[in-house]
Order: sequence, then structure tokens, then C-alpha cells
Amino acid sequence: MKALLMLENGMTFEGHGFGEERDVACEVVFNSAMCGYPELLTDPSYAGQGVVMTYPMIGNYGICIEDAESCKPWLSAFIVHGVSGLASNFRCDMDLDSYLKNNHIPGMYGIDTRALTRVLRESGTMKGMIAYGDNPDLDQMKKTIEEFRMVSCVPQVSVQNGHVYGDGPVRIALHDYGVKQNIIRCLVQRGCTVKCFAHDCSMEDMLAFKPDGIMLSNGPGDPQANTKAIAELRRIYDYGIPTFGICLGHQLMALSQGFDTYKLKYGHRGINHPVKELASNRVYITSQNHGFVVNAETVDPKKAEVSFVSMNDGSVEGLTYENRRVFTVQFHPEACGGPKDTGFLFDRFLTMIKKGSL
Amino acid sequence: MKRDSIKKVVIIGSGPIVIGQAAEFDYAGTQACRALREEGIEVVLINSNPATIMTDKQIADRVYIEPLTTDTVKKVILKEKPDSILPTLGGQAALNLAVELEESGFLRENGVEMIGTKADTIRMAEDRELFKEAMDRIHQPCAESDIAEDLDSCLAIAKRIGYPVIVRPAYTLGGSGGGIAYNEEQLHAIATTGLHRSRVHQVLIERCISGWKEIEYEVMRDHNGNCITVCNMENFDPVGVHTGDSIVVAPCQTLADKETQMLRSAALAIIEELKIEGGCNVQFALNPNSFEYCVIEVNPRVSRSSALASKATGYPIAKVASKIALGYTLDEIQNAITKKTFACFEPTLDYCVVKFPKWPFDKFVHAARSLGTQMKATGEVMGIAPSFECALMKAIRCLEQNMFDLRDKELDGLSDEELLERIHAVDDRRLFAVAEAIRRNFSFDRIYNITKIDKWFLEKLRVLLDVEKRLKTEELTRDLLYTAKDMGYIDQSIADFTGKSVEELRRLQDEWNIHPVYKMVDTCAAEFDAATPYYYSTYGTQNEVDPTSDRKKVMVIGSGPIRIGQGIEFDFCSVHSVWALRKMGCETIIVNNNPETVSTDFDIADRLYFEPLTPEDVLHIVQVEKPDAAVVQFGGQTAIKLAKAIEEMGIEILGTSFDSIDEAEDRERFDAILNQYGIPRAAGRMVYTCEEALKAAEELGYPVLVRPSYVLGGQGMNIAYNRQDIIDQIGIINTVHQEHPILVDKYIMGTEVEVDAVCDGVDSMIPGIMQHVERAGIHSGDSISVYPALSIPAHIQDVIVDYTRKLALSLRVKGLLNIQFIVRGEEVYIIEANPRSSRTVPYISKVTNIPIVDLAVGTFFGKTLPEMGYEYGLQPARPLIAIKMPVFSFEKLYGADVDLGPEMKSTGEVLGIADNYDEAMAKAFRGAGIHLIRGNALITVRDSDKEEVLPIAQGLYKMGWKLYATEGTCDFLSDHDIPCVRTFKIGTHTPDIADRVLSGQIDLVINTPSSNTEHHKDGYRIRRYAVEAGIPCLTSLDTAKALYESISHGAEDNLSVIDITRLEEYKK
Repeated sequence: MKALLMLENGMTFEGHGFGEERDVACEVVFNSAMCGYPELLTDPSYAGQGVVMTYPMIGNYGICIEDAESCKPWLSAFIVHGVSGLASNFRCDMDLDSYLKNNHIPGMYGIDTRALTRVLRESGTMKGMIAYGDNPDLDQMKKTIEEFRMVSCVPQVSVQNGHVYGDGPVRIALHDYGVKQNIIRCLVQRGCTVKCFAHDCSMEDMLAFKPDGIMLSNGPGDPQANTKAIAELRRIYDYGIPTFGICLGHQLMALSQGFDTYKLKYGHRGINHPVKELASNRVYITSQNHGFVVNAETVDPKKAEVSFVSMNDGSVEGLTYENRRVFTVQFHPEACGGPKDTGFLFDRFLTMIKKGSL
Repeated sequence: MKRDSIKKVVIIGSGPIVIGQAAEFDYAGTQACRALREEGIEVVLINSNPATIMTDKQIADRVYIEPLTTDTVKKVILKEKPDSILPTLGGQAALNLAVELEESGFLRENGVEMIGTKADTIRMAEDRELFKEAMDRIHQPCAESDIAEDLDSCLAIAKRIGYPVIVRPAYTLGGSGGGIAYNEEQLHAIATTGLHRSRVHQVLIERCISGWKEIEYEVMRDHNGNCITVCNMENFDPVGVHTGDSIVVAPCQTLADKETQMLRSAALAIIEELKIEGGCNVQFALNPNSFEYCVIEVNPRVSRSSALASKATGYPIAKVASKIALGYTLDEIQNAITKKTFACFEPTLDYCVVKFPKWPFDKFVHAARSLGTQMKATGEVMGIAPSFECALMKAIRCLEQNMFDLRDKELDGLSDEELLERIHAVDDRRLFAVAEAIRRNFSFDRIYNITKIDKWFLEKLRVLLDVEKRLKTEELTRDLLYTAKDMGYIDQSIADFTGKSVEELRRLQDEWNIHPVYKMVDTCAAEFDAATPYYYSTYGTQNEVDPTSDRKKVMVIGSGPIRIGQGIEFDFCSVHSVWALRKMGCETIIVNNNPETVSTDFDIADRLYFEPLTPEDVLHIVQVEKPDAAVVQFGGQTAIKLAKAIEEMGIEILGTSFDSIDEAEDRERFDAILNQYGIPRAAGRMVYTCEEALKAAEELGYPVLVRPSYVLGGQGMNIAYNRQDIIDQIGIINTVHQEHPILVDKYIMGTEVEVDAVCDGVDSMIPGIMQHVERAGIHSGDSISVYPALSIPAHIQDVIVDYTRKLALSLRVKGLLNIQFIVRGEEVYIIEANPRSSRTVPYISKVTNIPIVDLAVGTFFGKTLPEMGYEYGLQPARPLIAIKMPVFSFEKLYGADVDLGPEMKSTGEVLGIADNYDEAMAKAFRGAGIHLIRGNALITVRDSDKEEVLPIAQGLYKMGWKLYATEGTCDFLSDHDIPCVRTFKIGTHTPDIADRVLSGQIDLVINTPSSNTEHHKDGYRIRRYAVEAGIPCLTSLDTAKALYESISHGAEDNLSVIDITRLEEYKK
């Protein structure tokens, strides 16, 4: 079926539908990764977003269910240039189209994704809507887009309290805002028992688990919407337990210390993002997926120092706090998809737990 | 930070173009030299190849076009006193030289530091045992293997690992001398050659993992330990076919993130363990049914793959590697494409590229077309598009072999069984056989089980064939036409399928608004605004080219893939013409598709279009760019072939017009001019059929030259001595559809001379006359060429100048004119005139110090030669001798005959330059890898040559050579009191000639073929054995004489080194 994408600014892009052909409004963002779409689809951080893949051939190796980063895809729509008709991989469970259909995710292909990306780059992330059929009602689409609001999706994607993974000697309480499974795997592989706690749990809930450390997960949306979590993080910080935060977890910890966040023009989404660790002067290639970022100017040097910066735009990619028990990064050391070059940060976390501080 | 201690750097180039080591090193080397010079570094360059851009005086401060030997490098170092040497830019040849100098202590003694990747690293990556140890340390699996230095251990290892095994000789280029052995007998043969070929007489016997996916990573690392991967690539053909002979796609298409990251992490671990500082290529084999993988090999230097990765991503690997060598770290080097980000990122693509090899089997009809671990391609092309389908179709078009889609007429009549056989055969045409099988509904499983080509690729072929089928059967709707164009079908193909005319299809495209747009290669998938004007076509909604210009806009047509007959020389000319046009204030557009070349570097022209060179592809660019003019005379036959189409597009062709080009090519028109001016040429006829050819030959008298018109490098040309030769020859020519007549000319024996003239419409200027060592009948590209023409008397030179002037004026040439003459006694005959650049232009420009291409471009704009500072006529000869020597790649092409004739066979060339003839000749031979003082020579010549070989044999004997000869030649030599050992004809007694050649008893073979269709005969076998045993084999007595003289005069005892940027210093 024909499909039409309309952006907030009125621009339209024609293509064809795949997956579940259901009209949908969303925030349109682009991701520049050339592979790793199953991980991306199931990354809860994309909740509410329509993701445009800049790589033009998607679906080549189908979907391997074991590569999923959560129980299902969370994004609102998947927009690509081309979809492979045949999925080829020895682990492939099903093709992309079937997967999206099964999970009720609208898809769109056959559009000039490079032109769309250039628009998003120049005008910034925008709201948009995909409508299916031969003659979509453009006025109605405009209206729907105008009325569409991104709401915080953290409550949707955060787990219920209680899941426990692994049986290692180190006990980690994971504050889950929409965790990617590989964060848990990275910890379990390193000898941890990981228990997940919902985004709105209290510090006491977590401490009842007698954790050796706390892991703050990634998650979707505007960090400032998570007032309850921010308040709890302030208490956790003051309590002084070793804590490692990734992505949204990084932003929430920063907010808890009174630093500010702002929305990037078009975000960092891809698996080729260089960050520099200032202490070692080393550059690492990282997987990133964030639309918001901690405002460097608001970071109080008495409380925290910037540990990593983006080589592309100089924005804050990591913070180390003055108590030496909390460090957080904006990028994804757990990878999946993307490079594993910063996996050592999990080791650093465990060493911190062992030593009591960094 | 940049190290201040580095001020003067020696760079070693890769020498002549041979199979396995081609233009990619000119691209990398040129980029590196420019990168170093922009840092204020003084660059001293050593490279024996005069056709390269890197050996230009604009590129390096000091340029030595000298044989690539330790002797040369030592002399240059002693003379120039550099502080550093950068060995990783000239391929394996340069790496080997540098390591040798390091190991001997020479570098240390002279205070020269090896910068970039260090010698220890090179050894660790190159020495199989050290490498294996290193991989074991970091738990990276290699295919089970062991090293052998003799045949017995080879067999023992293979017995232990189990057949099939792969044989890989250590320290060779392009995997030469290797192969897959399925049993002991095969191993015996392959290992013998392999051991011989290896510099250290070492081969690796390896578990055969053919059928696994072959994946490559291009990785960069700086001294601070920062590592990035530039690109990964997947071979369409699984392990078993040399990556240089594989269709390669970037990025990888069939790997999930798990496999991708597993191999990426492995590549980074390897580059870290090896402590590489610069670029590195890592090749993996990946089991398609598990996560099992192994490391195939690592190249700690720039390579063909790094050139491809650079062009595929826009990331300038050689430039960044050079900056790293100077001490910079990746985070300090700017991304030259975006000018915003840094070199420490990983490019991301929003298109895919397909590299397709260009093989020389059209030239070597008798060579085995099978593909294996030994590379056979001479060059390659690259197609860029958002879909694999379209990128593949573009690549097929780029090859210029009269194929524009997946059809292969040769397969039409085959039965299914025959087709299956074709799929089993791993050769250059397998893609088309696989496509035909899909067309015939063979199941993917069946095809996969035979070929192990991933089903994803098969599916893509199916998608293409589905469009083909729909075009044949369905009504042509806008949707279908759009799909066909988007998949990369050209109008002619669609016309064939639909029965509509091309004009009708073009009208429909206008009516339905189906037009390509151009997108940018920007390293970042549009995430950042890029400043680089590097484009490819696709069908989409947004065109990114801004064609507005306030300058005169000129389109330069490049020369496509490197092939025999059209090599790197034409890239030299194209690049120089772009530079000259820019100097004249023009805006330049270059259209080309060869990823190995300098012309497709992102900062040569104002805009680069990486596209096939067909009329349709060029037309699309013209429609967007609307150039004021086009230049076709620098891109070889590829560009010339487009002249007519471009003129029909209403674009002015700068310089010589299409009509004049046609006049020179068209037999009758050209003859009319020759008659008008009384310029003699060999009598000839134009024919269309074999009968006509036979009749013509009878009339002219044998021997005759037979060739198709409108060809390059004498393709399809041969000397026919009798009726059978004519029949054979016409048969070979007609395997390709001929649009133009076949030419039959009387063969004249004489001295061949060649000129490249610059003509301004008033008169012409000849930088120098080149004389060929080999008599007429051997293609000029395969002849040793001497400047100046020493044995042509002044009054004959005057005739040559006069004829050149007359031809230039009557053909209304503006720009370059290449003419070949035969001088016989007092007579000067013309062989052919080509109003375009030639392969001798770079060489003659360099040795005469006359910027020929610049002058030609000047004439396009109405400047006369005197205005540009040059007198008309022949320029005074320089006080030096410069000899261009052809270099061949026969050892890579099983079955190809080595004998020289009118069809060109050499792949590259070297220069010998000195103030005297003998030394120049000695250098040229040395540069071509022929270094003989004394030894054993096998002489077997046809009867008509026996008199002539006498003085050579006599001379060699007197110098202490031991001579071997077969019956006839032996009797003849003995009759003339030249002692020689009689050797038996093959298969008569032991040891026969073959035994002697293969056992290494012979150091030089002189063999002249008795007839040109005698492949089954002994001569052919002797020549092949010589080539396979790595023994110089000369098939022309002229070459033999030149070699003998250069040896006998002892010139090579103390060879000079000459900096061609300071030629005036060498005046006598």
C-alpha cells in the first residue's frame, strides 16, 4: 500500500507501507547505523519515535529473536529506503516485515531517506505522521501532527519490580527506565546478580535488596519528566552507594545534582560516535542514542567533572562525581548494536564496587 | 602532536603496474606525498614507474625514477640524507625493501628512522610464524596451518591438517604462486612454484576454508592507541577466490550486529597487538553457519582494499596514515570531507558500493579463466548506489565489455547440465551463469550448495531478473519504468526487453518525470553538512548538486578501469588536464569509476562523479551539470568512444573534434589525407568477413596485420603468416560483435618510432622522438622505447617532423597527437595516428621536462605554443637517455602465451634514465626485475632468426655464459664454433628442456616463436615453464640483443641515481 510521511513543517515524503499499515504520529529521528536494526527496534529508548534508517538496505539478515534488547519493539514507526525480500542469516527467525506485523509496528519503505535525513539535520527533530492509502487527508494529518505530544514513555517501558538475573556474588540493583538487556548481560557476565527495580521505586526498595552497587539504565524521552526518579537519585547519591549510569540514567543523575539538560537539534543516534575520555586522552567509538544532553555550562565543577566529551560536537558524554562513587556516561558501553570498545566501563564499575570508590 | 624531528622523508613507491599491485599505490602514494608536504615535510620519492602521478615534480620535492632495489634506496639515502623513511605506501615491494634495509642495519647507521608502522610490526604481520604467535597471544583463531620450507614438509603438514589445503607463499604480492590443493599431486605442483616464488622460500600450508564468507576490515591506529575501523567489506565470492578477483560489496550486507562487532573487535585487537601506526587491512573467514571465524591475513600498509575503502567511504586512509606517521593522533586530524569532524570517527554509508574486477581474459584468450588464490585482475571498477542491485549494474557497465545487465549471450544455448558446469567453474563469468540459473528457476539451495554465494546476493540477482522478466512481459507503466531505472537498467537494455525504442523510452521518462538525482558521498550519511563534491546517481527526490557556476565549466572524461593497453598513464593525463583546466580558471568535473586512481580522489576536480562511462550515464550528468565543454582526449579509448555521443548532446569538445578523431580512425578518410600529402603507409584493406580478409591477404601478400578498428592496445591484433592464421584471427575478433570493419594491412619490417606532438592549430611541437628497440610487429606498449631516437639520422627525423606537422594540420588537431611510424631505410611509413593522449605522455613529459598535457589544454583556449614559451618543431634532445621498459604479469595468468606481437600484453612499465645508453638500459632491465650478470641461457629460435641470434650467443658465451639449445639451434651454434649443450625436446629424453627450465638450471630463455598459432607446440610450453619458474623469457631478438649489450658493457656495476626534478644538474 502507498504510504505518506508528513513532517511538522508540512513536507511530505512518498513511499510504501510494510509491517502493520496503521496511521501513526510520532517524533521523527534518524539513526546512522549500518546494521543492528533488531537491537534498535527493541531498544526501549525509541518509544514514541519514528526511526529513519540512513542505511538504505534494511532487513538483510532478518530478525534473530535472541538479539532483542527487550521483549518487543517499542518505537512508533520504522522508516527505511529499502527492505530486503529475503532474510539471510543462520540464526534468522523471521523476516523484518513479519516481525513488524507480528508486533503491530507500522513501517514505511521506498522513500528518499537521505533527503529526509537532510531535512531533519537542517530543521531539527520534528513531529510527523505516516498515513497509509492512496489519498490521505492532508489537512487531517496536519492537525494530528499539531495535536501530537511526546509523553514520557518511561512508565510504559520500565519493568515491574522484581526480575532477577544471574547469580553472581556482586549484587546490583538496576533502576530500570527502559533497560537494554545487554546492560544486564554485561553485569551478569562479570559475576553480578542483577535485580530490576521499576522507575518509580524508592531508594528503600532498592536498598532492601542489599545491593553492592546501583545501575541506572537507559530510557526514552525528556529526562526532566522523570521527577520521581530524579528525587530518588538525589537520595541515592547522598547515601553514597557505588552507582553507574548510562544514557537516561546519566541525565537523571545530572539533573538530581542540579545540572540542566537540553534537547539537541537532531540528537546522536548511531554506532560510530567518537568520544574522548579526557583523563586518558583516548578516543573511543561508541553506540549512541540520545536526543537530550547534559548542559556542560550547568555542571558544577565542585560536584562533578566531565569525563567524556563528544568529538563531533563537544557535548557532555560522561560525568564523574566528586564523591568518587558515581560515574555516568551518555553513550552505550553495552553496545548492541554497535562497538564494544567501552565495555571496560562495566569493569570499572565493578572495581569501584570492590574498592568502594573509583 | 607532530614530531619536530621529522623534516625529510623518503617514500618508496610500488614500481611497475603488475597484476596484484596496480594504480592503488599511485593513489595512496600521491595522497600521502601531498599530506606530508602540506605539513612542510620535504619528500624524497623513489619509484621506477614513470607513468605515475606520484613521480611528478609537483608531488614530491625530489623524484628518483630508478629501479626499486636496495642499491637504489641506499644511494638515494646517502645522497639525500633524509631523517625518516615511510615504507607503508608502496605495497609489498616497498615494505620488503625497507625491512631489508632495516635488517641490514643500514637505516640505523645513516640515522634514518622508519616512521609509521615499525619494522617489528611489519615482520610480525608478514612472517607467518611470528604472526601466528601474535594471534595466539590474543586468542584470535587462524585457519590451522603450518609453515614449510621444503616440499616434504609441505606434504607432511597437509597430511596432518587434511586436504584440501591452501598454499600461501610468504612475501609475495597478490598471493602469487599460491593455490588450493585437493590432493598430494596438486600440492606437489603448487608448493613447488610457491616455494620458488617466495622471497624467503617459505610457504604456508593452511586448512582450506573455502566456502566461508570472506570479510575484510580496514582499520586505523595511532601511536596513542586510538583505533577505528574505516569500513568493512564482504566478498560476493566466498573464501577461495582472491579478494582482488572477487566482487566486493561495502559495507557488509549479510552480517548481523553480533557478527559485525565480533569481527570488528577482533580487527581492533589485532591492530593493537601488532602496534600498527597507520592503516591496516584485516581479512577474516567467517563460517556462514556459526560464529566460528578465523583470521586469513593482515596487511600492515595501504593496499588495494584500503584504496577501495577510501573511495567507498570518502575517508582518505593514506592521508591519515601519513599524518599518523608524523606523530599526529586521530583526534588531531581533521575529517577532510566534513571539515567539521575529525579522523577519529567511523564513516557510515547511506549507499552501498560494489567493486568488480577487470580481468584481462579478452586479451589472453588462451589463459585459464579460473579464479583462485592467485589474483588475475588487472584493475577494478566501483559502482555506487543505494541498492546492491543498482550498484552491481553500474559496476557491470563500468567494465566496458559490451555488457549492460545480467545477460550473457554465450549462455543462451546451453543446456541445464552445461549451465550447472558453468556454475561449478569459478571463473570471471560465474556471476552471469548464476544469473542465468536463477532465470531458469534453479532453486537458491541448489545454487548455494555449489557456489556458497550467500542467498542474499542470489535474491538480489533474482530481484534484478524479476524486473527483466516484467519488462519483457508486462505493459510498461511509470511504476515499472521507474523500478527498472532505479535498479540500474539502462535505456538500451529496457529497449531490448520491451521492444520500445530508446527515444521512446527517453520521451516516457521525460513525460513521467523519471530522472536521476545526484547524492553526495560524505562519510557520515548526511548527519553533517559535508564540503566534499563527490557524487553518485540514484533515483530519488532530492538532487544535491548545485551546478551553478560563474566560471567556464569543463567535464573531463576519465579512463575507467586499468586494463592492458589502457593503464595508469591515462589517469596521469586526466589528472593533469584537470589541474591545467583549473589553472585556466575553469570549473572542472571529472567522471570516472576506477577506485584505484588519483583522478577519483575527492579533491582533484571541483566535482567528482563516480559513474559508469556510457553515453547514457554521461548524458544524465550533462543534463544536471550543463557543462560548457568536455574533454575526451586524455581518458584513453574510453573517453574517445564517448566523443560522438557527447557532441550529439550539444556539448563542445575541447581540442580535436569528434570529426577529426573519426578521420584518423576511419581507414578511407585517413587514407585520403595520406594520399593528399604523399605520406606512405602499409597497403591495407577494410574487410567485414573472413572471405574478404583472405582475399585481401592474397592481394597484399603475407605476412599481414589483422586487427579490428577502434580498439586500444592493439586488442585483437595479430600478424597472419598464412590462411589458417587469418581464419583463426577473424574468429577471435568476431567473438565480440564488431560495429566497425576489420583492418588487414601489409606487414612492414623496420624500426618503429613514436612521437607525441602538441598541436595548436597553427603548427605542432614534438617534445621528443622515441625509438623502439623491437622492430615493427611488436606492439609499441610492449616495446622498449628509447628517448632520444639515437639511430634515426637527422634527415629522417626531419621527415618525421614534417609528416607530423602535416597530419596535425590536416586532422585539425588541437591538443595531443600520437603517431607511430616505421622507418625502413630511407622510407618513413606511418602506422597509425591517434589524436589523443598516449601511454608515452607521462614518460616523455617527465624526461623532457615539457608539461605536455598543460600545453595541450592551453591550445584548447586558443593559446599558441610560442605564446606558451615553446618553439614549433622537434625540441632539442636532452643530454640524457631515458628508456621505457615494459613489464609483464605472465606468471599470474596460467596459460597465457608470453610471445610478443602486435597485441599488447604488458601491464606496466619502468624507466631507466642515465647519461649514457648502456647504463639507462641496464637500469631499465633492473627496474623490470631482470638482473643478470652471467649464468645459463637456453636459446631456441626459429630458423629465420638463427643468423641473427649468432652474435648474441657468441657474446654471451664469451662472457662466460653456458648455453643450452635444442637440436636445430644447437647444431647451428656448434657449426659456428659456439659450444652449447644440446637439450632434448619435451618428452623425448630426460632431462628435457622442461626439466632444465623447471629445475632452475636456466637463468635466461631466448625463444622466438616459429608461428603464432602453435600453442600446442614446444615453444609455447618452454615459454610458459620459464614464466612459471620465474625465469626471464625474451621472445624478440631485439630485446635479447639489448639485454646482452647492457650486460656486456658492464654498465650496471655502478648505477647512478638521478633526481628528475633537477635534470639540468646532470647536463654533461
